[in-house]
Amino acid sequence: MGLFILRRLGIMVLTALCLTFIVFWLTNLAPNLEKLAKTQGNARMSDEAVVTWLANRGYSQPLPIKYGQWLGVLPGYVIEGTDGDVRARCSTPGEPLETAPTFCGILQGDWGYSTVAKDEVTSVLPVRLANTGKLMFWVLIIMIPSALIIGILAGMREGSRTDRALSTTAIVSTATPEYVSGVILISFFATGTFGMQWFKGVASGAVSDANFENFFLPVITISLYAIGYIARMTRASMAEVMTAQYIRTARLKGVSFPKIVLKHALRNALIAPFTVIMLQIPWLLTGVVIVESLFVYQGFGWELVRAASNNDIEMLLAISVVSVFVVLVTQLISDIGYVFLNPRIRIS
Amino acid sequence: MDALTWTGSLGTFLNPAFMLLAGLLAVAIVAQIVLSFFAAPVTLQSNPDGTLEARGGMLGLTETAVHYLFLGTLVVVVAYIVVPQVMPYGAAGIIGELSKRFLPVWIALISLYTVSIIYKRKLGLYGKLFDSTVGMIGFGLVMFWVFTAIFVGMFDMIATHDYLSQVSGLKNKLPGVAVPEGTEGVIPHYLLGGDNLARDIFSRMVAGSVFVISIAPLATIFAFMVGITLGLPAGYYGGKLDTILSFLANLILAFPVILLFYLLVTPEIVLTGIPSYMAAFLFVFPLIFFGVLLNSRYYTQPSKRNAIMIPVLGVLLWLYLSIINQPGTVINFLPAWMDLFDISILVVFVSVVFVNAPTVFRIVRGLTLDLRTRDYVAAAQTRGEGAWYIMLWEILPNARGPLIVDFCLRIGYTTILLGTLGFFGLGLSSESPDWGSTINEGRKLLLIFAHPALPPAVALLSLVLGLNLLADGLREESLKD
Repeated sequence: MGLFILRRLGIMVLTALCLTFIVFWLTNLAPNLEKLAKTQGNARMSDEAVVTWLANRGYSQPLPIKYGQWLGVLPGYVIEGTDGDVRARCSTPGEPLETAPTFCGILQGDWGYSTVAKDEVTSVLPVRLANTGKLMFWVLIIMIPSALIIGILAGMREGSRTDRALSTTAIVSTATPEYVSGVILISFFATGTFGMQWFKGVASGAVSDANFENFFLPVITISLYAIGYIARMTRASMAEVMTAQYIRTARLKGVSFPKIVLKHALRNALIAPFTVIMLQIPWLLTGVVIVESLFVYQGFGWELVRAASNNDIEMLLAISVVSVFVVLVTQLISDIGYVFLNPRIRIS
Repeated sequence: MDALTWTGSLGTFLNPAFMLLAGLLAVAIVAQIVLSFFAAPVTLQSNPDGTLEARGGMLGLTETAVHYLFLGTLVVVVAYIVVPQVMPYGAAGIIGELSKRFLPVWIALISLYTVSIIYKRKLGLYGKLFDSTVGMIGFGLVMFWVFTAIFVGMFDMIATHDYLSQVSGLKNKLPGVAVPEGTEGVIPHYLLGGDNLARDIFSRMVAGSVFVISIAPLATIFAFMVGITLGLPAGYYGGKLDTILSFLANLILAFPVILLFYLLVTPEIVLTGIPSYMAAFLFVFPLIFFGVLLNSRYYTQPSKRNAIMIPVLGVLLWLYLSIINQPGTVINFLPAWMDLFDISILVVFVSVVFVNAPTVFRIVRGLTLDLRTRDYVAAAQTRGEGAWYIMLWEILPNARGPLIVDFCLRIGYTTILLGTLGFFGLGLSSESPDWGSTINEGRKLLLIFAHPALPPAVALLSLVLGLNLLADGLREESLKD
């Protein structure tokens, strides 16, 4: 088990390095840097001015060296610019260059500077993550129980009318992407079009003060898409367990149906949904981006859209590190959890 | 011209009837579900005189009620569609006019269903689809949009106005609004109202179907070609090849889709030519696939192989070159007369294929790992068949069931991805009538005017739902074998 986790951790680090390098490469392509220079410096810069602007700020170094500096395994640049100023990657504004450390990358805890938010990434991103964390907490609180209940009710009597009704509901919910359900929910419940203006269509107020009125729609929009998928997986797993030999034995012994479902079937039927739920969390990330832009909720997804549209390189890198981390950690947890939950694998 | 109401004079009878029947149906369904937990199940009891008697009163009663109420509601819905066809213009309201606009689609659907149901025993898996209600409903929804796209895109029917022309004074007007004199298209009303730029929402919605129906299946086919061509050897040979390919697939899958789109689908990246190189790489897979497919089968008869392969590969190569060749990008070497089409949205196409291919790869690899231990593979190996022959002519046909089901689901997912791109305004012009962009346009004023965003949202939902139901029906029917 220890070796298994160690191997997975190794692959995780390798994947994270590859992915951040790809993001680094894409954001540091020449047209992107030119756009950055023009938005940060002067929109009417000549081509030569763009080149010197980039050279003075260390952007025209070779890609692997820039990546190494960002990681913190290579010393940060110190460049005497053509305009006479000396700029160093690791210097803090207002302090002499001599006191600046040699290395400053994510290994040293320096995540860089967001050119759009005009602030350190480490002071912007945690706030956004906390907001998204709040959103995700409520999503999971709503999503997991309802998906499991729907799946169990549908799967315990396969082919019954309840099963068909609930399965159809689950299919409809998987067929509705967040931007469709969000638009439909807002126009039904946040505008006067259908006479049911019960909620707010904008969740920016929920950042400081989340209540039922401004937080319900975003939470339900994200949950709906995932509920259907998890419910269908739970149903399939439940239906399989219900045909097992030991369930038939219990029925023949005269155990009541509710007791069979709750005491015998449920425990084995919940192994598969656990994996599915863990693997579904990265998928929720796309939903989070859509819902946070739709409802103007200043979280992680909203920051992603803002950083990506303005080529905010260091913020984008930090965001991709976080999302890759989320994907890989949930994969690891689902693998380990599967082994722990399933006695057949655990014992052998 | 007066504005149209929703149902016109038709509604005087049908609306109350529909409300009543639909309400009762909902009550009956809920009652039935609740009762099924408590009441005794319906059983048959044989009487001494040889007759059978149904037992289980309440539940049986609700079941019958649901059945008849459902039929009643269906009759009313069909009446909403059929009756307006014989009524004069405008008498049946917006719904009536919508159903008249879709008349060619209804005719095509009915003829398709009649022919398919008559010959369903001779049509293999496709015919079996008509044994399953879910499959039939799903297929109907999908074919509705396919026929709409065909009639709009090829014959210029259905749409009432030009989807780009703006009519002053109709900005954000509600459904059924009359257009001013002199600007009538086919009919003098905006059936579903005007959008933020005073364009006809209905015409934009049906024009959007052309985009989705032509791009989504094609992108899915390309993703399948890539996934199959790489997944078969990975599963069949295993070893280092499998390790490397699986690592790469997992790498792409670990990338959040939305971040990838934001990094790939920008004008700056298009300038660097990366999408063109990716297209050149990804779209070569169909060529490899068909080349290997035909060669592995006919390599023992070189003359026959050459006769088949040269024309097939020639046509494919020409298509390949004209797809990747784009004026204004880095790959631009073909003379204009050889360049068949001009895909301005190549970057969208490429990124959708790129996101889908690793998932297909994983599915194909998993199926191959399972199938390569079968006896018929061992038999082929003993006969001395080549590895590619076994993969493409023995394993692949036997993996077709799950692959067809996944193909339907994946078209739906591709549709969702295309919508996501449109929703974030990536890669598509804001003029484009595709559903994602229209939803994006509509959401900006959503809290004031809800009607522009709803039709494309419902259209996208119904198409994806149809594909999901179709996949469900196919899965059910293919499991019955």
